[in-house]
Amino acid sequence: MKLETISRLYVAIKRTARSQLRHPQSAAGTLLVAFFLILALFGPQLAPHRNPNDQSHDVRVPPTLDLGALQLGEHPFGTDRLGRDVYSRVILGAGSIFRIAGLGTLISVILGSALGLFMGYQGGWVDEVIGRVIDALLAIPALLLALVLIGIIRNLDFAAGSWQAALADNVILLVISVLYIPIVARVARSTTLDIKTREFVEAAQIRGESQFYIIFREILPSVIPSLVVEASLRFSYAIFLVASLGFLGFGARPPSPDWGLMVNENRGGFYQLTPWALEFPALAIAILVIAVNLMSDGIRRAVQKGT
Amino acid sequence: MLQFLRRRFLFFFFTYLVSSLTIFFLLRVLPGDPARVIAGGREATEAQVAEIREELGLNASLPQQYLTWAADFLRGEWGDTIAFRGAVNRDLIIERSVNSARLALVALLLSVPLSLALGVIAGLFENKLPDILISLLTLSVVSLPEFVTGLFLINIVALRWGRSELAASLGWWFPSSSAVPANASFAEMLPFLWLPAFAATLVMLAYISRLTRAGVIEELKRDYVRTAALKGIPWRTVIWRHVLRNALLPTITVIAISISWLVSGLVVIEYVFGFPGLGSLLIAAIERRDLLLVQAIAMVTVTVILFANLFADVAYALLNPRVELA
Repeated sequence: MKLETISRLYVAIKRTARSQLRHPQSAAGTLLVAFFLILALFGPQLAPHRNPNDQSHDVRVPPTLDLGALQLGEHPFGTDRLGRDVYSRVILGAGSIFRIAGLGTLISVILGSALGLFMGYQGGWVDEVIGRVIDALLAIPALLLALVLIGIIRNLDFAAGSWQAALADNVILLVISVLYIPIVARVARSTTLDIKTREFVEAAQIRGESQFYIIFREILPSVIPSLVVEASLRFSYAIFLVASLGFLGFGARPPSPDWGLMVNENRGGFYQLTPWALEFPALAIAILVIAVNLMSDGIRRAVQKGT
Repeated sequence: MLQFLRRRFLFFFFTYLVSSLTIFFLLRVLPGDPARVIAGGREATEAQVAEIREELGLNASLPQQYLTWAADFLRGEWGDTIAFRGAVNRDLIIERSVNSARLALVALLLSVPLSLALGVIAGLFENKLPDILISLLTLSVVSLPEFVTGLFLINIVALRWGRSELAASLGWWFPSSSAVPANASFAEMLPFLWLPAFAATLVMLAYISRLTRAGVIEELKRDYVRTAALKGIPWRTVIWRHVLRNALLPTITVIAISISWLVSGLVVIEYVFGFPGLGSLLIAAIERRDLLLVQAIAMVTVTVILFANLFADVAYALLNPRVELA
């Protein structure tokens, strides 16, 4: 059993890698995502200035990055109007976007697939009722639902230190989960409907296995490929959403080195003074969004070819 | 057909019910006191809070509260705004909705023909150079968040290129901000609409053109196309008279979907450009803690989207006799 799992995993990874190589654009996307992931994980070690709000530098220093000579210089991306090193802030900002988007994707994939598996396997009126409610919820545009949720939660007064206050601090995480659990559930449900008619499921039912066993040990392994595709798609949307909400001022609060927030703080009149303080975080968002899209495209292609 | 219409209308009402319940209960069920927030937070006196609670009917049972609230919404009584003193939510929302609709109209007029053309070209040249170029363009430029493209348009196109001598000599001018008076006429507003509408176009371009491309490719593989070509009908005629006719039918649905895409895309775009639309009003309402205004905007938006979806499905079913009436 163990060995079989390992060998199956190995084959899947090999297939994905081979398919990625055949499509250079998705390989490039995956490499870029890996690069940003390294920034997110080791940001504090990689950034020249560990404190993103260190204002001890000269203000409005233009970028010293010299691509021709391959030199970074003192402040590769310049400093902003408060004298903060933009290069360090961009590197340190990778952490929060990955943490929120990744954690949000993880939560919604776990809960959403549990819900979808249950709905699909149970069938009947349970499935019908939950399914209709999900359809209705999905008719509301994601950003609108997100903004309404944020607008309400952020405006309720909570006692500091209570669990509600903790919830309000992680409102984006909550929003991503609320938005994506139904979507993931729908995918898991439709795959489950297909799998549950297979003979090995019937065999388990005749053996008298528990419902829990059948759902998680018999059906789940066959649903995983479509869940992987959905997870990568959700992750790319989550990155997009986190950046947009950060830009609208509903994500991290200043002075966090959040990319969307940095773009918002340096637009308008400030753009004339320090264009680089807007351009580099915006560029980071742009590259990450495109890279994640290319990667999830590649994953989808590899998985669909394999099945 | 009748059965399809009945089912579709039933689903419409059910969806409306679920989304209005969601919007209503988000405010009531979440921990915290909405009356206190509306009264002005911690500084409000107990008497003020009690007064607002009485005014909003928060002392009644939850189902009763929902019914009063829903009836008030349908009658157009959406309350007074806190954020914009002296105004009534309804007037504010209607004025801003008209502005957003103008922006959406310009955006649709720009994006639908452009993305249909790109999609058809890509589909006809499947996996050849034009297709690859178009998919690269749509994938890269268009997968960007709206605020990135919006800021690019403002700072590079409007401020840097728009002020160059070349642009001046061509008489080419784009205002970098769309902060026009909210009650301006359409003609006054039009020059300020192009840039945000173009930003919205970029958002929809990839989506519509990819769907169109898939439709064209699918139709080209059909037997009747081969038959027509073998009969000696010129290829041009086959494309125009047969393929495009069938491939473009789903466009109606696509346009309806783009309307709900537009709604969320426009929020960010209006905010970036400072355009006085419904989306920027929503952001302002959230920032200024005007919960009733947030609720009313959400309900109006959901209403628009549900009607657009209903209209699209019914129109599609009427126009396409082969539609699966499931």
